[in-house]
Amino acid sequence: MNNIAPKLSREQYEENFAELHPAFTPVAATAEANRCLYCFDSPCMKACPTHIDISTFIKKITTGNMKGSAKTILSSNWVALTCAKACPVNVLCEGACVYHAKGEEPIQIGRLQRYVMDWYVEKGMPQLFTPAPKNGKSVGIIGAGPSGLACAAELALMGYEAVIYEAKHVAGGLDTHGIAPYKMKQQDSLNEVKMVEKLGVTIKTGIRVGETISVNELVRKHDAIFLGVGLKTPTRLGIPGEELNGVHDALTFIEKVTTRKWNLVDVGKRVAVIGAGNTAIDAATEAKRLGAEKVVMLYRRSEKEMPAYEFEFELAKKDGIEFQFLTTPKRIFGNGKVEAVECLKMELGEKDSEGRRKPKPVPGSEFQIPIDMLIKSAGQNIEETFLSGIPGLKTADGVVVVNSETLQTTNNKFFAGGDCINGGKEVVNASADGKKAAHGIDNFIFGRGK
Amino acid sequence: MVDLSTDCGGIKSPNPFWLASAPPTNSAYQVCKAFEAGWGGAVWKTIGAPVMNVVNRYAAIDYNGQKIIGLNNIELISDRSIEINLKEISETKKLWPERAVVASLMVESDRQIWHDIVKRTIDSGADGIELNYGCPHGMSERGMGSAVGQVPEYCSMITEWVTEVSTIPVIVKLTPNITDIRYPGRAAKKGGANAISLINTINTIMGVNLDTFEIEPSRGGKGGHGGYAGPAVKPIALHMVSEIARDPEINLPISAIGGISTWRDALEFILLGSSNVQVCTAAMHYGFRIIEDMIDGLTNWMEEKGFTSLDQVRGKALPNITSFGEMDLLYKAVAHIDEKKCIQCNLCYIACEDTAHQCIDLLPKDGKKQPTVREADCVGCRLCYIVCPVENCITMVRKENGGKPKTWNELVKELPQPMSLEDLRKFQHEHGIEIH
Repeated sequence: MNNIAPKLSREQYEENFAELHPAFTPVAATAEANRCLYCFDSPCMKACPTHIDISTFIKKITTGNMKGSAKTILSSNWVALTCAKACPVNVLCEGACVYHAKGEEPIQIGRLQRYVMDWYVEKGMPQLFTPAPKNGKSVGIIGAGPSGLACAAELALMGYEAVIYEAKHVAGGLDTHGIAPYKMKQQDSLNEVKMVEKLGVTIKTGIRVGETISVNELVRKHDAIFLGVGLKTPTRLGIPGEELNGVHDALTFIEKVTTRKWNLVDVGKRVAVIGAGNTAIDAATEAKRLGAEKVVMLYRRSEKEMPAYEFEFELAKKDGIEFQFLTTPKRIFGNGKVEAVECLKMELGEKDSEGRRKPKPVPGSEFQIPIDMLIKSAGQNIEETFLSGIPGLKTADGVVVVNSETLQTTNNKFFAGGDCINGGKEVVNASADGKKAAHGIDNFIFGRGK
Repeated sequence: MVDLSTDCGGIKSPNPFWLASAPPTNSAYQVCKAFEAGWGGAVWKTIGAPVMNVVNRYAAIDYNGQKIIGLNNIELISDRSIEINLKEISETKKLWPERAVVASLMVESDRQIWHDIVKRTIDSGADGIELNYGCPHGMSERGMGSAVGQVPEYCSMITEWVTEVSTIPVIVKLTPNITDIRYPGRAAKKGGANAISLINTINTIMGVNLDTFEIEPSRGGKGGHGGYAGPAVKPIALHMVSEIARDPEINLPISAIGGISTWRDALEFILLGSSNVQVCTAAMHYGFRIIEDMIDGLTNWMEEKGFTSLDQVRGKALPNITSFGEMDLLYKAVAHIDEKKCIQCNLCYIACEDTAHQCIDLLPKDGKKQPTVREADCVGCRLCYIVCPVENCITMVRKENGGKPKTWNELVKELPQPMSLEDLRKFQHEHGIEIH
């Protein structure tokens, strides 16, 4: 890479990656918990994809029943610590808080949940649930991300043998490898993995299903299979120069940052990020916080169509990230190493099938931006090659086809959840899917309902 | 395994949480719903003499953004007929045989009328009877409720009328609107009560409207005192319960009432000797669902502390209650401010400077002013600790003085009587205590 940005001092790194939403002190947590109205049939609970009984767990903080509070949370969501820190709460639970209707600040549900989960981790994660006696059935789970962990935990609780096969050497999926360090620490995710293992779940890491072990063998070994395989590495931009030194994909870059070895992650002085989703914003802000002087995000549509959440956009702007809307990369220049990106201006045309106006290039509008590093974050794809090896398993519109109630795929022994069925949503959606699929599997194996 | 079951004067319930006799227990529909949620027992809304209610029955005190720290009401006893209430008690008991269903009674002070309603109550299948000697409004003006509870002789007389015919346990519910709660307590004992419940509501006027000069809440321009309950009354109830529990002449099981909103509140009463607790205001604020955390929190606490039954917990705090004369006059503690935690709000300074003993100084530190305790002058009053908004910032630090404890009662025996100020000063000086 040309022009690697100078490394920062340790103190500067720590300051740049300090938590956005620091922990509550006990007094502040109690005060905030007491502000909660303890609504009946509360809208926050409905807005949470895992339907945590939020007003109850908050009420328990006010009575000092921290154990009961942790149990209330975990009985709905097995990756509640990650969710407490990484959930887009203002579009989910906090966005639904009745205080909005009063014109007041919503209850800080995410921080309160974190307060409880931090307590639980600090206490050494004592067992809160008693798994049912072993029922003799076994389920193989592919992928140790949030959906796989949630599915396995729920199954273990119901008496199943649950074995997770994880290709990476460390479990946790994107919870471990893909969340910005100013949102949460990798250790938080690893603690959650430990919590799931404590329920009797076996996690086999470094096992790539389809290579280390065949799908057929899994089918022979287990009574059902859950696919929590997520999406595969990002789409190629399909433009010249993509192979140049200094071109990175966002998730690989973010994964390096999650290790917290800041000085080992090189960033260019001038960085362009392609895309304007939440992952793109994470990559951009992380590059900036690692010392990049100038970070510009290129997005082919306008600000209005931008997929990132409003608060992520605000965060990026606050970090001094520049935005070039209606701009698409055409080619990347460089002599072995990235030197510039040539862009084309776009304009919005007719609406597409999803109702979004389709961008089209403005002829002759080419211009160049000198850069030292380019980070691609323009969407991910389904694991087509792997999934096509499962007989009868259908995909459509870039996701695995499932029954929305049971999450059973078109191969009745296979169930699926998380990013591979929704195209890439939140951790909390994956968690909810994992739990739902566990009950779908239970119903399939024993023919009983939830 | 934790067992939360209790026995209060012969009335058993699977957990110590009962709904108090009040609007939440007005009907079988409500009580059954409460049992469904997990409540261990319910004292039916008082049945008896015919009544007619007014509107705007409740008023509450909100404090700094918190709703209902105190709730006042003038709702009367049940306005449904005795027949319907007893029939519903009977049906409820059949559906929920293991839960406690207690009938609260209040009729005019006539022996025959009392005999009659007690017999009908027994026939309903209720587990026990609670005598409402507490209601401070509406009924008291008619010679019932607190009008009985405030006169120990009436208390024992009516209790006797009930116990002489009752074959089921009788609880006497006391009014706190009295100077010394032990007197009606002893009267209940004399009348043959099996248990005592307390406190009923406290006489209160909730507020005055500054525009209309009406009192809150106004019923067509007029208002009056009502009975006060909720979190604000808990300390009063804790004291009165402890008085009954410690009185050697009474020695009866107690069903504690007064501002109990959480399992923690309940535990405090149980630690002061009550067999079970009754709840009303918290349920009226949030619904019957609050029972879930009450049971869960209490169970978790018991597990954590290694207790398996409430009998092991009951009364454990009673030995720690004493009279002033038995406290150690030489136990010394001074305030200490943790400068790392201090946010320099200076509330401790101004509280001490204006209203306590002028022993906190504002000393310059890093361009700001740091409140600092002058330990030699600190009398250990604890006001600064109370006003400090930062947890664990101000602590009361024990100062060893090497000497033996000395109580007032001992001192009175040692110093010449009548005690002179000079002699007392001499004693204080000998122990390093200077009065400024």
